[in-house]
Amino acid sequence: MRPNFLAILVLAASVQTVSAGEITPTAVVFTDGSVEESLTGLPGDAEKGREIVGDKSLGNCVACHEVSDLAEVPFHGEIGPMLDGAGERWSEAELRGIVANAKMMFEDSLMPSFYKTEGFFRPGNAYTGEAADDTFGPLLSAQQIEDVVAYLSTLKE
Amino acid sequence: MKKLTGVMLASALVATPLIAEPVDDTLILNEDVTLVTRTAAPAHVADVMDEVISGWHFRGTETRAMQADDFDNPGMIFVEQAEDVWNTAEGSEGKSCASCHGASEEMAGVRPVYPKYNEAAGEVRTLEMQINDCRENRMGAEKWKYTGGDMVNMTALIASVSRGMPVNVAIDGPAQSTWEAGKDLYYTRTGQLELACASCHEQNYGNMIRADHLSQGHINGFPTYRLKNTKLNAVHARFKGCVRDTRAETFKPGSPEFVALELYVASRGNGLHVEGPSVRN
Ligand code: HEC
Ligand code: HEC
Repeated sequence: MRPNFLAILVLAASVQTVSAGEITPTAVVFTDGSVEESLTGLPGDAEKGREIVGDKSLGNCVACHEVSDLAEVPFHGEIGPMLDGAGERWSEAELRGIVANAKMMFEDSLMPSFYKTEGFFRPGNAYTGEAADDTFGPLLSAQQIEDVVAYLSTLKE
Repeated sequence: MKKLTGVMLASALVATPLIAEPVDDTLILNEDVTLVTRTAAPAHVADVMDEVISGWHFRGTETRAMQADDFDNPGMIFVEQAEDVWNTAEGSEGKSCASCHGASEEMAGVRPVYPKYNEAAGEVRTLEMQINDCRENRMGAEKWKYTGGDMVNMTALIASVSRGMPVNVAIDGPAQSTWEAGKDLYYTRTGQLELACASCHEQNYGNMIRADHLSQGHINGFPTYRLKNTKLNAVHARFKGCVRDTRAETFKPGSPEFVALELYVASRGNGLHVEGPSVRN
């Protein structure tokens, strides 16, 4: 049997809440697609970021991107560019902007916006097919975005 | 979520090698009829792709082989069940499908032109809508659930007798406004992931999305027998699954939105031969 279709894009498994001192999704300032300021004011944890990028219930970035460093994770997609060397190609601020809302950097990008809560057409309640309810939050929390950015920054060729 | 993750991990262990290109192969049904599974794109999609390719080309060797032989195609068991139902009288009028239509083979040529505008009803109708209209108004029988077992089996029977005939839905005249509504939906990015049908099936067919090899998302093979759930799957059930996977609130099977989308998606595959019931993973 081939892998379950339902699981291809399972991203955030739990609802993310915004805690005090964080920049909320609607308050993020983008400059030419980049976000200068840390969303939490705390450093990201690259090890956790690595898990988020590979885990289908978290970022599931490998659904669309290949990452050589995550060779132990089965099935990497081909929708987006390979992420090897992303930490060389992009600054931390650029990476933060891309992960928070890639459409600010790449017009009409297919990449989902991981730190955005507004402007969707028929947003659902995760993968239930039902309408979103008041637990609706961004795909990743502010700290998870910082963790992913920290991990991407380590990807040098 | 836990359960789905388990399925992913289990299947990862028996992974087949990833081949990204549509497989170069010819579908010969029962060593007899050669089906058209790739052909020049119809004029109304020629601006976005040169060739339309059946989902059959994007599946593995064994899955493709299963579909090529009626004895190996598990979907044909359901076709046989529907054949019995076809000949069974039901409802207050004491009629079966056969009472009005004769043998099921008489339905050859019907699947390729549905969804189709119905003059008397003043609406575009899917095969399912037409079947339920017969049940209610000619047989005096209960409607079937839109994507339920009886219904999907019957659509498999009706598709099976048109295998080898080209899909040819009309998109102009009274069907045009419905077709346009379907086209709008096809290009609308839904849900929290903001992905449209076109994001996956037009811009990325041939590419892997995680472990899935994206096809052009045609419906000439419907209903599809899926190895994953070991039953026949209706077109609107597939649409619902794809929309849900964009983290969206889906439309309902049989809704005007999905009827319009079905007409539009069917029209993208005009020229491909009817394959239903096909086999998919
Ligand atoms: C549905 C597909 C999809 C998913 C899921 C996705 N991306 Fe992307 N990503 C893309 C595409 C497509 C591009 C190319 C930019 C463009 O033109 O849209 C891209 C571009 C990028 C880039 C810039 C690539 C480069 O090196 O030039 C980075 C970095 C990136 N993505 C990181 C991520 C991370 C981290 C995640 C998960 C948290 C993720 N992506 C999830 C589709 C996706
Ligand atoms: C997130 C990616 C994604 C989006 C968006 C998406 N699909 Fe799919 N779809 C898939 C995958 C993966 C499959 C299974 C592999 C295949 O056949 O392409 C599939 C399969 C299908 C099939 C079955 C094809 C066959 O030959 O068995 C149809 C039909 C289909 N999709 C139609 C649609 C329509 C219509 C939409 C928009 C409402 C849509 N899809 C949106 C990923 C997607």
